[in-house]
Amino acid sequence: MEILRMKHIKKSFDGLEVLKDISISVEEGEVLAIIGPSGSGKSTIMRCAVMLETIDGGEIEYIGGKAAWTDAAGKVQYADHAALKEIRRDYGMVFQNFQLFPHYSVLKNVMDAPLRVQKRERSEVEKEARALLEKMGLADKADAYPYQLSGGQQQRVSIARALAMNPKILFFDEPTSALDPELTGDILRVIKNLAAEHMTMVIVTHEMNFAKNVADKIIFMEHGVILSEGTPEEVFDESNARLQEFLGRYEAD
Amino acid sequence: MSTAMIFQQLAGGMLKSISIFCWTLLFSLPLGFLIAFGRMSKVKIFGRFRIIRGITKLYIDIMRGTPLMLQLMVVFYGPFFLWGADIGGFRYPAIIIAFSINYAAYFAEIYRSGIESMPKGQYEAAEVLGYTKAQTFIHIILPQVIKRVLPAVTNEMVTLVKDTSLAFSLAYMEMFTIAKQIAAKETTFVPFAVAAVFYFIFNWIVSTGMTKVEEKLNYYR
Repeated sequence: MEILRMKHIKKSFDGLEVLKDISISVEEGEVLAIIGPSGSGKSTIMRCAVMLETIDGGEIEYIGGKAAWTDAAGKVQYADHAALKEIRRDYGMVFQNFQLFPHYSVLKNVMDAPLRVQKRERSEVEKEARALLEKMGLADKADAYPYQLSGGQQQRVSIARALAMNPKILFFDEPTSALDPELTGDILRVIKNLAAEHMTMVIVTHEMNFAKNVADKIIFMEHGVILSEGTPEEVFDESNARLQEFLGRYEAD
Repeated sequence: MSTAMIFQQLAGGMLKSISIFCWTLLFSLPLGFLIAFGRMSKVKIFGRFRIIRGITKLYIDIMRGTPLMLQLMVVFYGPFFLWGADIGGFRYPAIIIAFSINYAAYFAEIYRSGIESMPKGQYEAAEVLGYTKAQTFIHIILPQVIKRVLPAVTNEMVTLVKDTSLAFSLAYMEMFTIAKQIAAKETTFVPFAVAAVFYFIFNWIVSTGMTKVEEKLNYYR
């Protein structure tokens, strides 16, 4: 069953075409990793998926409904407000810079959206939030404020915050790029555990080995097009000269 | 006139200065938000002119670009010169109105700087979590903005304490007006010294209070 399908996505910024006809689909329980050099459009495709950017052409469909499509006149139409609100419930996102709410305690960061947005019952939400923090190894940090935590801890809180909404699919936008190398392992482990629980995830990352290990499917992008797509074995073994050059640079690091 | 008497008379005037201060804050602090929103408005007419932004920008420019003393006189005497209105009982309201619309312009720019300094990611995180625009502003953005602008707001409040003396231009009997009268009548500088002490104490209370508020908000960074 497909959770997300994006077809023929086009996106330009000030006349510069960042995405040229990108199509991706994500099956339930699947982990998709998107890799590629900076400026390849890999973050943009993710931002389009979570509707932080509007597309200029193509179609976005979640399991809960069609979010955007291109009409006969070639104009992109988005679903109405109520429909989009419903669709937003399907996904969560983890940002490169965490973007925790600094004035909320760790627990409140995790609980606030389920309470305020989903209007769920407080005792149930709190139980779930504490369980999530426990799972992230942060049970003792429930009353701390984000500034008191390390980057790795903050990122784990933001994962808990996203999970608290019970999304069907979780997006990670370079989740380890803002972290010290010794802290990235933490986050990668958490993501790996989520993969083991069959959480559907899309991960934009620079961690090649991680992508290779955790992803069911890898997309390699450059200049707004998909250069290569398939299982890790297929993508990493391919005789694509550009891909090998790109990967080689990483291995040389 | 004894120094004790001067103290007593000026204390009476001080109450009026304090009331100008309080009413002005009560109106200008919220009004500043309204103006700040106008200043950041993206509403366009004819597809290109940002009308609300333009009007509020002009308003702020006028309020900051002309003397408050002049604004006091325009607000008070304006209705008389324009419509021949009876402005007999209008002195005190005119003072509050003039101070409020003037300070609101300054507060608006302080708020705007605070709102615009917020990282875009905070809005984005809230949006993906499903917060409405209003929820995002009230619960996520505003509390952080208040913390950021507090020092600048304190600055304006301290200035306002001293600016209350400008009410003398409408012959309103606030403290400094009284001090000047006594000084002229008794040919002594003592009232000015006493006035200085009053302003200083008032401002010490204001800044100490605001420091307390800042400390209260120091539970996060």
